Amino acid sequence: MKNGFAVFFAVCVALGGSWTGFVLAPALQLGTAKQTTILNSSDNWPLQRTGEATLGLQVYRANGCAACHTEQVRQDGVAFEVVLTGAGKINPVAVSNLVSTLKLSGLTKDEADAATVKITAIGGKVETHLAATGADIARGWGVRRSVAADFLYDVPVQLGGVRVGPDLSNIGVRAPDANWQLVHLYAPRAIAKNSAMPPFKFLFQVRKIGASPSPDALNLPQEFAPADGYEVVPKPAAKELAAYLLSLRADAPLYEAPFTPITAKP
Amino acid sequence: MNSAENNFDCTAKIDASCRVPLLALFGGAALWLVLGLALALVASLTFHAPEMFAGHSFLTYGRVSAAANDLLVYGFAIPAALGVILWIFARLSQAELVLPLVPVAAANLWHLGVFVGLATVLGGGSSGFAWLEFPRASAMLLGVAFVLIAISAVATFGQRRERELYPSHWFLLAALLWFPWIYSTANLLLVTAHPVRGVAQAVINWWFANNLIFVWLALVGVGVAFYFLPKISGRPLKSRFYALFAFWTLILFGTWAGIPQGAPVPAWLPALSSVASLLLIVSLIAVAVTTVKTVRGADVVCRGGPFCHIRFGMAAFILSGLMLVAGACPQYTRVLELTWFGQAQAQLQILGFFAIVICGAIYEILPRVMGFELPFKKFVRGQHWCFMAGTVLLAGSLGVGGVLQGLKHFSPDAALPVLRISTLGWMFFLLGSLLFAANIFVMTIKWKLALVRLVIAYVKSPLEISEVKP
Repeated sequence: MKNGFAVFFAVCVALGGSWTGFVLAPALQLGTAKQTTILNSSDNWPLQRTGEATLGLQVYRANGCAACHTEQVRQDGVAFEVVLTGAGKINPVAVSNLVSTLKLSGLTKDEADAATVKITAIGGKVETHLAATGADIARGWGVRRSVAADFLYDVPVQLGGVRVGPDLSNIGVRAPDANWQLVHLYAPRAIAKNSAMPPFKFLFQVRKIGASPSPDALNLPQEFAPADGYEVVPKPAAKELAAYLLSLRADAPLYEAPFTPITAKP
Repeated sequence: MNSAENNFDCTAKIDASCRVPLLALFGGAALWLVLGLALALVASLTFHAPEMFAGHSFLTYGRVSAAANDLLVYGFAIPAALGVILWIFARLSQAELVLPLVPVAAANLWHLGVFVGLATVLGGGSSGFAWLEFPRASAMLLGVAFVLIAISAVATFGQRRERELYPSHWFLLAALLWFPWIYSTANLLLVTAHPVRGVAQAVINWWFANNLIFVWLALVGVGVAFYFLPKISGRPLKSRFYALFAFWTLILFGTWAGIPQGAPVPAWLPALSSVASLLLIVSLIAVAVTTVKTVRGADVVCRGGPFCHIRFGMAAFILSGLMLVAGACPQYTRVLELTWFGQAQAQLQILGFFAIVICGAIYEILPRVMGFELPFKKFVRGQHWCFMAGTVLLAGSLGVGGVLQGLKHFSPDAALPVLRISTLGWMFFLLGSLLFAANIFVMTIKWKLALVRLVIAYVKSPLEISEVKP
C-alpha cells in the first residue's frame, strides 16, 4: 500500500462492512420490533413494566448488577412429553402398569405419538406437551430460552456477560416474595450460606424503632438482625430494585420459543 | 558537520519535539494504570470477604469493576497508545511533530474526561453498557481529545519524506480512523436518553466492545511491535507481504467477532460472527509467522528489557486470539459462554498483550525523548517479571475458572477458589504498574526541576553587557 488513502479505503471496507451488519441491520430489524402476542392466546407480550420496576432497572444499572448476573436463558432444543391425564375406566391397572414401563419425557415427535397410541389403545387419556431442553432449563432458571422480544421495553438492556451469580431472567417467578428479595439484598448470606454476593446495606436504613415498628421493617434471622430496639427499613431504591426483580419473568410461550405451559390443576 | 552528525542532530530534534505531548499522555496513563489496577484489586477482594465494602455504595463490586476496566482501557491503554503513535509517526516521517501544542491540550482534555467518567461510574451514573459506562459529557471530551491528537498525528504523517508506507503505518493509521468511528456510533446510539430499541442495544454494544478490545488494541499493539521488533533486533521485518496479509485479515474478520452464540438475538447474527471468528485464525498465523521470523536468531540480549516485553506481549496476543476463536467454536461455546473465560481473554488482551507491548515501547521511547536515561533501570526488568507473573496468574486462573464453571454448569462454588487466585494476579500487576509509574513520575519531576533551574538561572543571570557600547 503506497499511501494513506489505501489505508483509509481498507478501513472503510472492513469497518463499513461490520457496521452495516452489526449496527445498521440490527437497528432496522430489531429496533423496529413491536409488542407481539403469546402463543395460542390473544394476550400481549411483553407488558410494560410498572413504574416502580422501571425505576428499579435504573438501580440495577447504577450498581452494576449485570457484572455478575445474566438475564438470558439458553436452550438446546425441544422435546416432547406424554402426560397421563386419566387412567380411564376400562382397565386402570393395566394403564398404570404400562405407563410405569414407558419412557414418557425427552421424546421425539414420533416416539411421543407411538406412546400415545399404546396408552390410548387400552383406554388411558394422555396429553402431549412440548418442553424446552438445555442445561439452563434443567437448572430451573427458566422454562424456555430468552428471546429478543423479552427485552423490548428495557433501557438499558441488561443481558450481562458473566454468571458469577445465578441467572435472573425468571427471578420474579422463582422467588416471588418481595420480602425475600429485600432480605437477600440486605444480607445474602441470610439466605444462601456461602454467597459471594456483596450485601447492599447502603440501600437500607438501620434506625431506632419509633412509637411502633415500621410495617416495612425486614424480618431478619437473629444472626443478621440489628441491635435490640433497632429495625432495618428499605430505602426507596431498595424497594424499586425488588419491584424490578419481581418483574423479571420470561414464562410465556412465544412463536419463536414454543412450549406447553403447565397450568396448575384445580 | 558531516551527514551522520547532521542526521543525529535531526533525530534529537524530532525526539525533543515529542517531549511535552508524550509526558502529558504517559504521565496520566501511568496514574490511571495504577488507580485502575488498585480498583480491580478492590473488586477482587469482594470474592474473599463480600461484606467488606457493604456500607459504601461507591465501592460495591458492580461499580468498582466497571470503573477498573474503564480506567485500564480509556485511562491507560488509549492515551499511552496515542503517545507511542505520535512518536512513531514523527520518527517514520523523519519530521518534527506538527502542531505539538495540540496533543498537549488534548491530553489534558482526555484525562479530564476520564476523571469525570470515573467519578460518574463510582457515583452510580454508569450508562449500563459494557466498556461504555462513561456518561455523555465524558464521551464528548474523549472524542474531541482523540480527534485532536489524531489530527496532529496525521499531519506529522503527511510530512514524511519517504512516500512509501511502512507496515506499522497501516496498523496505526487504521487505529486512528477506527476509534472515532466505533466510539461515536456506540455513544450516539446507546449513551443517550433514547437509545435504539430492545436487544439491538446489546448487539451494538458487543460490536463496539469487540472492535475496541480486540481489534483496536490489536491494531496498535501489533503496529507498535512491527516497528520496535525490527528496530531493536536490527533486522528488517519478515516480511512485508505477511504483514500486509495479517493487516487485511485482522480488520476484515476481526471486526465481525464478538456476538455470543447463545444470545437472545436473531440466529444470523451469532452465526455470522462465529464464521468470522474462525477465519480470524489465518490472521493470527500471519502475525505469529511475521513475529517469529523477525525475532528468531536476533542477536539481542534483552534481560527483561523492552525487547522481552514486546516479544512476550506478542505471544500473549496469539493466545488471546486463539481464546477468542475457541470461544466462538460451536463445540466449546456451550461450556465457555457466560463464564469467566471471556473475562480471562479480555484481560489477557488488555494487560498480557497490550499493556506489556506498550510499556516496552514507552521504555524504549522515553530516554530518547527526554534526553536522559531512565532513573530506575532495574525497574524495567522488575515490571516485566511482575506483569508476566500477573498475566499467568490472572488469565490462567480466570480461564481455568471459566472452564470449571462451564463444566459444572455454574454451580455456585465452581469458580470461587480460582477467583481467589486471580487476586494474586492483580497484586502482581499493581506492583509492576507502580514500578512503571515510578520511572515516569521521577523523569517528569526531573524534567520539571531542570526547567525551573533554567528559569532561575535565566532570571539570575546578569544582563548582557554587549549592548552597552563604550
